[in-house]
Amino acid sequence: MGFKNFCFKKSLWVFHFGGASCNNCDIEILDCLTPRHDLERFGILLVGSIRHADVLLVNGAINKRDKERLLEIYNQAPKPILVVAIGACGCTGGYFTESYTFAGPVDKIIPVNAYVPGCPPKPEAIIAGIVKLVENS
Amino acid sequence: MAINVFYFLVFPGLLFTAIAGAFLSWFDRKITARVQFRKGPPVFQPFYDFFKLLLVKETILPKYGSPVIFLLAPVFAVFGAVMAGVFILLPLLNITTGFRGDLIVIFYLLTIPSFSYIIGALASGNPLAAVGGSREMKLIMSYELTFLLVIAGIIMKCGQHFDLSSIIQVQQAGSPFIGSISGVLLFIVAIFCIQAKLALVPFDMPEAEAEITEGIFIEYSGAAYALIKLAKYIMFFILPAFLVALFMNGFRIEGTGILWAVLKIFAVVLIMTLIRNTNPRVKIKQAIRFFAIWMNLVAIVAIIIIAFGY
Repeated sequence: MGFKNFCFKKSLWVFHFGGASCNNCDIEILDCLTPRHDLERFGILLVGSIRHADVLLVNGAINKRDKERLLEIYNQAPKPILVVAIGACGCTGGYFTESYTFAGPVDKIIPVNAYVPGCPPKPEAIIAGIVKLVENS
Repeated sequence: MAINVFYFLVFPGLLFTAIAGAFLSWFDRKITARVQFRKGPPVFQPFYDFFKLLLVKETILPKYGSPVIFLLAPVFAVFGAVMAGVFILLPLLNITTGFRGDLIVIFYLLTIPSFSYIIGALASGNPLAAVGGSREMKLIMSYELTFLLVIAGIIMKCGQHFDLSSIIQVQQAGSPFIGSISGVLLFIVAIFCIQAKLALVPFDMPEAEAEITEGIFIEYSGAAYALIKLAKYIMFFILPAFLVALFMNGFRIEGTGILWAVLKIFAVVLIMTLIRNTNPRVKIKQAIRFFAIWMNLVAIVAIIIIAFGY
């Protein structure tokens, strides 16, 4: 189990699900992969297909249409998969909590392993969140 | 019999090519990172990726598709890559001399991985995988003739020898083929052919991750995807090794010859990596035109130059 867990921690491939987002969190997530922060140092890659993913990043408020898509994406993912909620909207709903299209924060829909609050969170905060996720998984 | 199993599974075969190819794949990623002013992944990153996919992740079978063929395709890909690797590396390392005409066998074995990717993609029942499979098929049709012309040029240049060990011996007795005008032309064509065979960036439309999200590999997960990664690592080592055998007088496994052998492989991989980092992805139409007109033209010019003896 030790070797398996070590390999899993060393090569986390990330799939990015953007809900009804204002695009600020998306840009901050992409900033993590740029030369200044370079997440590939830790083996983290952005993949295009959920079948290859180990981490599901969810940002933005989840509205009623997004809820079905998020559930479908989560069910299509190969287990084990870690879920990270990014930004105030992903963690709690933020500004959109009272909206009539809001379908609950991410952890009401799928189990969440880590929360990175902020509007938007800095890339350093996202990296710190992923480091904590890796240490505790 | 036992020695053949050893050849296939351990020394020039599966284990050796997989480790060497994983290391070269790290080299490729590290050079890419340095080109983009990043730090890049650690040395054992390809091993972590492979063992994570093999041991940890779940393998999901497609609902609308053929699960048996879907799972067999990566096995065929690894088998073809390892067989080609054994046939290339045995003469290259001076273990045995191969047989007459093994160049043709190598040429056909090298296409097995690409064909198995197509079969696996079409068996997955995913429309994006079907798009990727059709693009891979068009790519094969465009580069195979060019690659065959390169091999024909090499055969003409070394004096009608159809086996790899004679080609290496002719070069080691005289001068390496890359030292002549025709050799340089053929080498340029061959570099673009293996770039397309490995689906690296100017010709990566079968697995274009931005538009069709990994294309032919979209439905693979877990152990099946690990086998595909393994086949890719092996191809990443044996195709540069094949070019070294055809153009740069092979390996001499003694003294400083080992250092030279490693440097030759690194040089070929470095050229491929720099091409992939400085070019955008072309459309499939442009790729077919590039190979069918320009690269074939260059190869034919090289063959004509060889006929005049340069």
